[in-house]
Amino acid sequence: MSHAAPHGPPTGFIRTHVFSLDHKVIGRQYFDLALVAVLTGMVLSWLMRYHLAWPKAALPGLGVLSPDGAPSGVMTPELYLRLMTMHGTIMVFFVLTTAPFAAFGNFFLPIQVGAEDMAFPRFNMASFWVTFVAFLVLVSSFFVHEGPSLAGWTAYAPLSAVGKDAGPGEGAGQTLWAISIAIFCVGQLFGSLNFIATTLDLRTRGMSLARMPFSTWAWFTTSVIGLIAFAVLLPACLLLILDRVAGTSFFVPGGLVVSDRLVPHAGGSPLLWQHLFWFFGHPEVYIAILPGFGIVSHILPAFARKPLLGPRVMIGCLISIGFLSYTVWGHHMFVSGMNPFSAILFSVPTLIITIPATIATLLWIGTLYGSRLRFATPSLFCLGFISVFVTGGLSGLFLAQPSIDTYLHATYFVVGHFHLVMAVAAMFGIFAGVYFWFPKMYGRMMNETLGRWHFWLTFIGVYCIFMPMHYLGLAGNVRRYAVFSDDYLQPLMPLHRFITVAALATGAVQLLFLGNLIWSRFRGVPAPDNPWQATSLEWSTSSPPPFDNFGGRQVVVSHGPNEYGVAGPADFIMQDAPPGGQGA
Amino acid sequence: MGRLFAVVVTLFTVVSTALFVMHVWWLPPGISVVGSGVDRQINETMIMAGALFVISQLALACFAWRYADLGDARPVKTFPGGATPMVVASILLVGAEIVALTLVGSKVWAQNFMVDADPHALHIDVQAEQFAYYFRYAGADSAFGSMHPALINDANSNFFGLDPANDTTARDDIVAASLVVPVNRPIQLTLHSKDMGHSFYVPQLRLQQDFVPGMVIPLHFTANRTGKYEIVCTQLCGLGHYSMRAYLEVVTDERYGQWLKEQAP
Amino acid sequence: MSAVRPPERTAPGMTGVWTGIAAILMTFAALVSALVVRQGDGGDWRHFQLPPILIANTLVLMASSVVLWVGAHEPEARPARARAALALALVLGLGFVAGQLIAWRDLAAQGVYLATGPSGAFFFVFTALHAIHLLGGIAGLVYARRRLVAGIPGRTVDAAVTYWHFMGALWIGLLLTLAVSL
Ligand code: HEA
Ligand code: HEA
Ligand code: CUA
Ligand SMILES: [Cu+2]
Repeated sequence: MSHAAPHGPPTGFIRTHVFSLDHKVIGRQYFDLALVAVLTGMVLSWLMRYHLAWPKAALPGLGVLSPDGAPSGVMTPELYLRLMTMHGTIMVFFVLTTAPFAAFGNFFLPIQVGAEDMAFPRFNMASFWVTFVAFLVLVSSFFVHEGPSLAGWTAYAPLSAVGKDAGPGEGAGQTLWAISIAIFCVGQLFGSLNFIATTLDLRTRGMSLARMPFSTWAWFTTSVIGLIAFAVLLPACLLLILDRVAGTSFFVPGGLVVSDRLVPHAGGSPLLWQHLFWFFGHPEVYIAILPGFGIVSHILPAFARKPLLGPRVMIGCLISIGFLSYTVWGHHMFVSGMNPFSAILFSVPTLIITIPATIATLLWIGTLYGSRLRFATPSLFCLGFISVFVTGGLSGLFLAQPSIDTYLHATYFVVGHFHLVMAVAAMFGIFAGVYFWFPKMYGRMMNETLGRWHFWLTFIGVYCIFMPMHYLGLAGNVRRYAVFSDDYLQPLMPLHRFITVAALATGAVQLLFLGNLIWSRFRGVPAPDNPWQATSLEWSTSSPPPFDNFGGRQVVVSHGPNEYGVAGPADFIMQDAPPGGQGA
Repeated sequence: MGRLFAVVVTLFTVVSTALFVMHVWWLPPGISVVGSGVDRQINETMIMAGALFVISQLALACFAWRYADLGDARPVKTFPGGATPMVVASILLVGAEIVALTLVGSKVWAQNFMVDADPHALHIDVQAEQFAYYFRYAGADSAFGSMHPALINDANSNFFGLDPANDTTARDDIVAASLVVPVNRPIQLTLHSKDMGHSFYVPQLRLQQDFVPGMVIPLHFTANRTGKYEIVCTQLCGLGHYSMRAYLEVVTDERYGQWLKEQAP
Repeated sequence: MSAVRPPERTAPGMTGVWTGIAAILMTFAALVSALVVRQGDGGDWRHFQLPPILIANTLVLMASSVVLWVGAHEPEARPARARAALALALVLGLGFVAGQLIAWRDLAAQGVYLATGPSGAFFFVFTALHAIHLLGGIAGLVYARRRLVAGIPGRTVDAAVTYWHFMGALWIGLLLTLAVSL
């Protein structure tokens, strides 16, 4: 806890680039980790989609990569499930928690509140490296005997708890999964601690809570949610590990016969795991989306050239969504065998969450009214975010009702729902953030033409992938199936092939983004300090910011972040402009 | 750019709404009374959500078209009334929707899961295992033999762990691999799992319920149309999850009686 | 960092400790609810005798809190006294951990191991996790004492002491939970 100790710029490669205490370096490290993770997860999804569409077709090279998982190149059902488990786990934990929250939050939260660094730089560094180790542990399960777990990202017990008799991958692979997630929790707890203390204690003069940018509010709320959520997942994973390696039975009931052997465990409760997991799991999905809320609320005004409608209401929405997210976890368990009456008790708050979500959506749409909307890649992704969030959110309205969920649970309707809100809306939030903040993070502009192509093709592509999944679900197509051999699923195969084609095409489009990212990092046009004419503090410093963020300048804040569309020579007021005055 | 966005969003909205409205892909026809309640609930939600979907996407499209920056110095306008109408509309509209959906939906849910089965219901025991279902009928004595996990043995088809040597009630229990039920007769299932979490899902019944190892879970339904339907497992239970399936055969009373006789040990 | 900012606004150490306390409380709340669920679930809950040494351990831990409370409440004004208090608390804390190890050996002698039954499992999980967090508190005391010796201003001692008191309170809560349910 060396918060008060002023640390000068370090020297040496290790100290500046590897074990750096600088929040900006740590933010970029998180960003790179998220990129590696998202590419891994995306490639896994291609393999999955290919297999779903053409289950009997061999994939050249797959037999070499995984001789036992795909003898002769055709994927076995267990390999499919392992890829699916890794896809979900990598995407939820190592992409959607790291990119919008840990990466952008680390880089920009201290700058946006006018601090020189995080409150606890050492914890911050530890947070990244612990997360990195967690990623390595997870990925290493590809290389152990029988490969990674096949129990899905939710790792329901007893499948995940009774050991290798349960199926291939339930030996070492599942243990590594549980260890990786436990380590991940520690990393994110350190991160949340830092975000909270920094927001509360290191704000510069004049930066009252009400003057914090929306993105800061979102990261702050997210870190409070994360603090509680990861603090619950951590002990749950520890208990799971003990069940697996120490012979305890927290989650394994008595009298099970697995692979013709009576399991020695007795008395545990599989539903206990589900409760602990979803008590974390539901808040986790808001950990994924709230930074997106913040990013859109932060970016949209700068491109609409007018203040966000209802700034305080928006903050209220963030906080109430965060609060409510702890009351709804049972909506994942309507048909799990828990008390049917509690289904209604969980359904009502789930439906109530749609109220702040709707208010937030209407505030964004209302902000567009009467604006002078500039179309650039960041604003396009914000508009896309709103569109897909509405679509995906509305499909949540079906699932939130137990009477309907008895039909739709565990179908592709759910898969369509969560990909639209999470894999697309939250991802669009990240994309908007990347295109918006890249100039500040790397000192160079991204290529705008490539960016627009990336937006249009991705926007069309993701609707083609994930909208049809709702139709599949309505027709009763169940999820987590390696092959659709059931009679009633046969007529749906053409739709599956359409989805696969769309997924492969959309995936290929991401190479545009990747290319743009790499090219611009080294060859992009040097960025001015404030390319978007935005108001918050990150735009008051150089691109990229100096080591102490403001070059020794004491920043004094006299304005809120929302002062766009004002009369005067410029139509906006920087937060650190003198009171009443303009310019910066 | 704004116009392009508006066109693309409108196109999506129209196409996807049309595919819903035309029922191009839709639920298979239902075969139970409670199931038609579920269908009604889905339809109502579809209409409400569809309306919100269309309105908000079109509003987004309109504003993107109308308010694109053309480089003119026109001043920006705020939304008439500011944020208040949004908040009030959301709370009232969505609030009313929540109340309406919950009141009606909870009844449907209660019929499926919160009321007891008809007292004269036909009792059938279900055992789920990696990766099959087995169904047990009580036989002539209308009593089920008790289950002993230690005796479960797939090799000699003792899927339920029965002990006919010592347990007289177990001797006439009928175990089948298909769920054969008489039409229009209330059925009471009792779900057991031998190993993992599994699930009982018959899309045509609009019914889904997990098996939880260590728990005994009741489930009831009444099928009102004869036919052969698939029971599929929807809870990830291992590598053969995708192939875990059985058939629900809804037959006439006569056919049922005949089938039962054929099965008797 | 403190050069330009009024120092009284810069107490992230305290905020950090309270935030950490919130997270740790959440972790143990999850474990206690797991215990309640598990106890009601199977008929295999086995009661056993809590090792008597736990009483002594508890007294030692409470004593360490008292020492800090009396000795380290104004570290800036009376640094020598605070240094001594920190050192003494540290020794007592290590004594507590050693006592917990003895309690584990006691249980093993009774034939209660981690996998013997759910009650024993919860005992080991609770005590081990608490001990790990307590070791963090010991590291905090060491760190705070080093800064005190070096004369670095700030509220590190207060933060470390707050955490330490919390560890004591948490232990008493856990012990009561275990005593009631085992
Ligand atoms: C970012 C992630 C994210 C977000 C934001 C949400 C948001 C919501 N989710 Fe989702 N959900 C997931 C990620 C997410 N979900 C995941 C990952 C799963 C599955 C996990 C698994 O099983 O593997 C899941 C599963 C899931 C289920 C369980 C389904 C099942 O397994 O059977 C349910 C059930 O209630 C649900 C409901 C909701 C609801 C009601 C919302 C609401 O918050 C949505 C609110 C938004 C809206 C309602 C749209 C707002 C705008 C408008 C409506 C405009 C209005 C216009 C006018 C009034 C004109 N979700
Ligand atoms: C963030 C979360 C995320 C993302 C992005 C994706 C992306 C995709 N997912 Fe996935 N998926 C999950 C989360 C996600 N998924 C989860 C949690 C499950 C459940 C697992 C389980 O059941 O256990 C699942 C399951 C799942 C299934 C169901 C498997 C089954 O039930 O049998 C399918 C099937 O088609 C699928 C397909 C796809 C496809 C085609 C893509 C993509 O290819 C779409 C195209 C990609 C993008 C639009 C984004 C790419 C982004 C970038 C290239 C850069 C981003 C930049 C930074 C991070 C800096 N996914
Ligand atoms: Cu049984 Cu899936
Ligand atoms: Cu949820």
